[in-house]
Amino acid sequence: MIALVLLLLASGLLFHAAASLGMIRLPDFFTRLHALSKAETVGTMLTLAAVALWEGASLTSLKVGFVAVFFFLGNPGAAHAVARAALRAGLPPWRAGQEPS
Amino acid sequence: MTATFVGAAVLLLLLGLPYLYRLAAGPTPFDRILGLNGLTSKTTVVLVLLGMVFERLDMFVDIALGYALLSFVSSLAAARYFERLPRA
Repeated sequence: MIALVLLLLASGLLFHAAASLGMIRLPDFFTRLHALSKAETVGTMLTLAAVALWEGASLTSLKVGFVAVFFFLGNPGAAHAVARAALRAGLPPWRAGQEPS
Repeated sequence: MTATFVGAAVLLLLLGLPYLYRLAAGPTPFDRILGLNGLTSKTTVVLVLLGMVFERLDMFVDIALGYALLSFVSSLAAARYFERLPRA
């Protein structure tokens, strides 16, 4: 049990670290969105799954599951809304050879 | 196990620093929305982990849920607002 919780926690932190690294290293807004919407969501869900597993079956762990489901639906939705807003505002995508912004 | 959760929370806060940089440095408003969105989702996880540390997960998970909902709504609102502006 402890091993599974630790594994979930560590893999969640790994995905969070990947998202943070992408925030610094990727060249423009749309590529950074890619790091946030996928790596961040998976990292959050894995970390919350570790907490819910350690808590055991109860109403509280069900609520933790609700938070995870909300992230699964809400984070990509927010990313899509921000990406559409940036496209409609006319933000140009980064091309190879350009200076990273 | 409490020490593990404290360590994970501290590590998550440290991993939030790149988001803080993106929030401060821009360069477009959309990058700032992105930084805020990532920072709030990390804060939600930290709140749940703190609930494990203080043995009051039943209270902290409600706060975390409310915080996540507010962050989602604020991202949507900011995206809709900046959509109408000419590119900054």
